[in-house]
Amino acid sequence: MEANSRGTGRLPAAFLTPGSSSFMDFLAEHQPEMLPGNRQLPPTQGVIEAPHGTTIVSVTFPGGVVLAGDRRATMGNVIAQRDIEKVFPADEYSAVGIAGTAGLAVEMVKLFQLELEHFEKVEGAQLSLEGKANRLSTMIRSNLGMAMQGLAVVPLFAGFDVDRAKGRIFSYDVTGGRSEEHGYAATGSGSVFARGAMKKLYRDDLTEDQATTLVVQALYDAADDDSATGGPDMARRIFPIVTVITEDGFRRLSEEESSAIARSILERRLEQPDGPRAALL
Amino acid sequence: MSTPFYVSPQQAMADRAEYARKGIARGRSLVVLQYADGIVFVGENPSRALHKFSEIYDRIGFAAAGKYNEYENLRIGGVRYADLRGYTYDRDDVTARGLANVYAQTLGTIFSSAGEKPYEVELVVAEVGESAEGDQIYRLPHDGSIVDEHGSVAVGGNAEQISTFLDQRHQDGMTLSEALKLAVQALSRDTNGSEREIPAERLEVAVLDRTRPQQRKFKRIAGRQLERLLTAEGAAEVSKAASEAVSDDTSSDSDSDGGSEA
Repeated sequence: MEANSRGTGRLPAAFLTPGSSSFMDFLAEHQPEMLPGNRQLPPTQGVIEAPHGTTIVSVTFPGGVVLAGDRRATMGNVIAQRDIEKVFPADEYSAVGIAGTAGLAVEMVKLFQLELEHFEKVEGAQLSLEGKANRLSTMIRSNLGMAMQGLAVVPLFAGFDVDRAKGRIFSYDVTGGRSEEHGYAATGSGSVFARGAMKKLYRDDLTEDQATTLVVQALYDAADDDSATGGPDMARRIFPIVTVITEDGFRRLSEEESSAIARSILERRLEQPDGPRAALL
Repeated sequence: MSTPFYVSPQQAMADRAEYARKGIARGRSLVVLQYADGIVFVGENPSRALHKFSEIYDRIGFAAAGKYNEYENLRIGGVRYADLRGYTYDRDDVTARGLANVYAQTLGTIFSSAGEKPYEVELVVAEVGESAEGDQIYRLPHDGSIVDEHGSVAVGGNAEQISTFLDQRHQDGMTLSEALKLAVQALSRDTNGSEREIPAERLEVAVLDRTRPQQRKFKRIAGRQLERLLTAEGAAEVSKAASEAVSDDTSSDSDSDGGSEA
């Protein structure tokens, strides 16, 4: 076969060469310059200014998992964007929420979605949830060079494990280290506060409605104490993005649904600014 | 070594075409039909795992008759092409026309290059549009030509006979159930004109359904859903109409609701 046939309109030999089912592996061989991890950064002084996304929270409940994120992107002390979307479906049964450098994170999600879809099309079967979580780990690790320069991406991955019939959450660190979280998890600058809220409110027998309310409560608390996390913006009608993954697949709450949750929480917070209280003992 | 005999280019090409056609004819035929909500792929395939139909991209499906390893190779090439293109530009920039062109170039180069054996495959690339007018179906024979098809298309060994059968009976706006039954009838006809039964578990069926809420419109139909569509009301009328004159089968089965179940 001709080695260089790109000009003829025919599929290049690399396309017809049997190989792995991974799109990233294919890119690495065929067009390595297209991979985000292969980009060379010029030496820079200090931290590069770029919009950052902040808080992502996730909660499991019997039968599924909820993943939600606030809508604010900040650049230093400036609000760069008020309605950014940080939670995306990865495929039919999983979703990824991203905190960190927005530009890189969105690109990483795009490639991750494609990676899962490509595998599914080539193999005719889906990756296991564990396999998907590992694939994301590899992608974060390939970004380590940029993470060292302040362009870190730290996602939260949640999905419904079809084999075990339950929702699972995976969290990551900048080096790609992956750990499974039980019950609830949060990432991003407001995560400390969100985690505190969830710790007090979480039970292992939540309903789906309670779980979606819980994540919005947690995001509210994160926004309350972290300036980089945005609360529900009633004036502009910007509400947190809440997604639910169950046996039936991925579903994103409509604006009406998420605004209804945000409104009811806001109303109660007018009475009780610190939110629901857990029993002391 | 003796001097090789002279073979005229015409003869060489005819031999290659004959070789490819014979290979394709060994496999079973398959059909692709437009129906009201999209495009349906139907074929006889005893294997549950080795598919003849598959998803290439959001709105694009792939069907192939012939030698498995060769079309599988082309299928994966197509998936790589589509994914790379969608990643480089945008998901909307991946089109069936573009893909069909690439396949045509690939098959054409292989067919006419002396060093390679021609591929024994015949492909269909279909893209479902926002409405039936936007549907595109391309048939790609082994030699790299492209045929832009409408309504129905059959590929494989018995394709000509099946095409004629379908051309006479296929109508625009059929429900999925009607289209499926018509396809099965077409496939059940042997070369000698006799009919045989194809049980549902030997059928491979997939659709590109434009009403699907997901971005990816490709969906396989199997098991209970397939049985239901095949036995949906109107089955008797369709088979009766098919065995009678063409003009009779218009009204009797139009109230079947099989199409909305997919």
